[in-house]
Amino acid sequence: MTQTGPRRLHNSGMEDESRDQSPSSSTGMRLIVPLQGIVQGRGGLILGSVIPCAMFYFLQFYLKRRRSPPNPPEHHTSSPPSPAPSSSNLTELSRSASRSNLLMSRGSIGRPHVSSRVHCIAKSNDSPYYIGLDKVSADPYDSFSNPNGVIQLGLAENRLTLDLIENWIAEKLNDSILGGGLSVSGIATYQPFDGMPELKVAMAGFMSQVMGRTVTFDPSQIVLTSGATSAIEILCFALADQGNAFLIPAPYYPGFDRDMKWRTGVELIPVHCRSSDNFTLSIPVLDQAFNQARKRGQKVKGILLSNPSNPVGNLMTRETLFSLLDFAREKNIHIISDELFAASTFGDEEFVSMAEIIDSEDTDKDRVHIVYGLSKDLALPGFRVGVIYSYNENVLTVSRKMTRFSPVSAPTQRIVTSMLSDTTFIKDFTERNRERLRAMYDLFVEGLEELGIGCTKSSGGLYCWCDMSGLIRPYNEKGELDLWDKLLNVAKINITPGSSCHCIEPGWFRCCFTTLDEKDIPVVIERIRSVVETCKSPS
Amino acid sequence: MAIEIVQPSVELSKIALSETHGEDSPYFAGWKAYDENPYHELHNPSGVIQMGLAENQVSFDLLEEYLESNLESSNWGQKVSGFRENALFQDYHGLVSFRKAMASFMEEVRGGKAKFNPERIVLTAGATAANELLTFILANPGDALLVPTPYYPGFDRDLRWRTGVQIVPIHCESSNNFQITPEALEAAYDHARSMNIKVKGVLITNPSNPLGATIQRKVLEEILDFVTRKNIHLVSDEIYSGSAFYADEFVSIAEVLESRNYKDSERCHIVYSLSKDLGLPGFRVGTVYSYNDQVVTTARRMSSFTLISSQTQFLLASMLSDKEFTRKYIKINRERLKKRYEMIINGLKKAGIECLKGNAGLFCWMNLSPYLEEPTIESELAIWKTIMHEVRLNISPGSSCHCSEPGWFRVCFANMSEETLEVALSRIHEFITTRKQ
Repeated sequence: MTQTGPRRLHNSGMEDESRDQSPSSSTGMRLIVPLQGIVQGRGGLILGSVIPCAMFYFLQFYLKRRRSPPNPPEHHTSSPPSPAPSSSNLTELSRSASRSNLLMSRGSIGRPHVSSRVHCIAKSNDSPYYIGLDKVSADPYDSFSNPNGVIQLGLAENRLTLDLIENWIAEKLNDSILGGGLSVSGIATYQPFDGMPELKVAMAGFMSQVMGRTVTFDPSQIVLTSGATSAIEILCFALADQGNAFLIPAPYYPGFDRDMKWRTGVELIPVHCRSSDNFTLSIPVLDQAFNQARKRGQKVKGILLSNPSNPVGNLMTRETLFSLLDFAREKNIHIISDELFAASTFGDEEFVSMAEIIDSEDTDKDRVHIVYGLSKDLALPGFRVGVIYSYNENVLTVSRKMTRFSPVSAPTQRIVTSMLSDTTFIKDFTERNRERLRAMYDLFVEGLEELGIGCTKSSGGLYCWCDMSGLIRPYNEKGELDLWDKLLNVAKINITPGSSCHCIEPGWFRCCFTTLDEKDIPVVIERIRSVVETCKSPS
Repeated sequence: MAIEIVQPSVELSKIALSETHGEDSPYFAGWKAYDENPYHELHNPSGVIQMGLAENQVSFDLLEEYLESNLESSNWGQKVSGFRENALFQDYHGLVSFRKAMASFMEEVRGGKAKFNPERIVLTAGATAANELLTFILANPGDALLVPTPYYPGFDRDLRWRTGVQIVPIHCESSNNFQITPEALEAAYDHARSMNIKVKGVLITNPSNPLGATIQRKVLEEILDFVTRKNIHLVSDEIYSGSAFYADEFVSIAEVLESRNYKDSERCHIVYSLSKDLGLPGFRVGTVYSYNDQVVTTARRMSSFTLISSQTQFLLASMLSDKEFTRKYIKINRERLKKRYEMIINGLKKAGIECLKGNAGLFCWMNLSPYLEEPTIESELAIWKTIMHEVRLNISPGSSCHCSEPGWFRVCFANMSEETLEVALSRIHEFITTRKQ
């Protein structure tokens, strides 16, 4: 129910799409007038007024009961009360919400309301993606100290090359933070929110090295922010209004549901890809999704691509990229190309960046924006370094202003600048990274094949996309989640079910293999085997 | 014959096109003037002196000294094993050791008069992010927060731009030293209601920016009673708490809540940061401390968009838990700020300029209303422009802080050397003397 009153001040000029559920008192009034009309015919003024008024007051009383709550008072000691153990499940939260339906005890004023976003956020942690991550945190596998723990295959984290970075750090750390002579005052003061110029230059160089091929990246088109998560959110704020939509090839990274929608109010429209196409994007299907959205009255503002794709690991071909650009041009929408895994490729195909496609165009670059970061390719997710690379001056200007809410920490900028500028190290690192990815991928896929589980042929990312549809019963989402549950709680393996990724075909799972050591693979395969056997045995 | 269709350029969002980022206000125009012609003792002695940036440089040496003598622990002493976890660590709960260190530091700043539970600390990349985050959590688009005037110009952007939330001012006047009164609170609330705007909370800055003064305990109690009566939230931005010149003159809302046994504390949230007290704005370390479980959980998840680098957390964890260092730092910092404050106040007095009696912060609230042609904002901006272009000082006009009385200016004094401050004071002296003639 929206608020009444057109006399609201509009400082920000935004549309108000309040999803607030608590009705204002004017709802009551809305009921009275027609009621009065009805009763007035027979009862005259008294019945015409008394009955509606009585109903109005009862309505208010009823609504007051349903408004949100006070919790029963906590036991207070002189030290600040500890929060309830942070719950990642909706169940805990809904328990307290239902308590809210009880009448308030006299004397207590009641809890202040929070925004409607809060409830949406609470719900999203219900997804298997997050539940699995929590299970691992609670009981993480370690070959020595906790061999019966949950093995993490649900987080796209690259541990295969950390030793290379450690070595670099060991040799060069002091110089890089303190600048070999420069004191901390060089980095302690306010810096430009969108990143230090030295880091932009180093980042442009790095991007040119690992994803450029024929093109170079321009530092003046770079905006730095605290992680690709933040980069994507900023672009959503800049390109779309609340309620607008982005088309996104599915299956897609589960985090997008949270990152892109939470605070921006943007919608995601999945464009389903199929196993028959090896889960590559089909332009006719994209077109259909766009038209259906339009029929529904939904305004599509852009397409979000992941290339290399997550969770499938496909690389987009030049042809597809050109076709996408044509499509975006025709519909006059934006393209966000999330190229976070650009240097994490291991197949025979080569990665082609959107930057290369746009480079050959003379006009119409304004609609293309690239997202990048160091969390995957450089295995530094903790450092929070994300990049927005745009050809649109206005988008750059707005993004720069928005980075004040999510800037990169100065000492981190310094160390990363040093690292990225060491082109010899970077060259060596990316080559060894590719080799190790390839080796691990081969081993893992081979192991799965022994169990009769096939994977799509992928060339990038830190994971493989596995077909376990033969093992699920029934052949639908429930069957898939049953298998996921068995794997998580019985075999103690955390992998990501396709339904969390909005895959339209049940039975597919994303398995990240870069959190493992080689020796862990047989352990993983054995554990999966135990579940596979139970699935295959006649029940 | 084909008609040429001009392709409309691809659209941006309303937020992108709105002016709410506020960077066209005079507050930021002054910065441009400084950027174009920055003062330097040797290379550009006639340049613009930056007195519009509230940055604390008076105690840098203490930090440098600490970091240099503690290098081992501050950068992965156990290099190999420590680094790996660090590089991968992106848990929005934050490094436990760092949260404990922040809680400990916040307690030190309040002289141990309030206790902080590390489990309630949510880390964000700066207080700017913390304020925006809280606004997203506490209010829906179109709702309002009540903020006492004059207030930090950045709030117009931080609280409103992407959140769609409005600010309704609580008017404060010089007649009582700009203190917040219960009448002003009620008036602001009623004003919002009369426009059919839902008020979700009150946001105070204590010590106040731009006033440079702490909020008295009695006033804090009144504000707490008010928000309790109206069943709304209270956000207390305490980023200048370590910059109060006398430790016992600052009272945190945490102390008031403690004295009330935390009754009804679920509506209270504190914002803190290391940018002002510790002079490390480049590190981007901010925190939301909430007494409300639901807010803590939500803020934590939302902090995914604005996490503090794990490396920075590690770097600072040991420094902030070092009580010997923090105690010494806080004490010396307070003394130096006080000395600077006295220097600028006396300097201004000699020139015949009065300031609000302040006791905290990195700036003073200067009264130039006697020198205005007329008591209007236009006159204030006229004199501000003169000061910017002729006297070559960048100071912040009260109108960008939404002050209801024209003629007040915020003048920062902690982001420069004493010598530079002397130069600035002499320029002001000269300006006023000329003007009097």
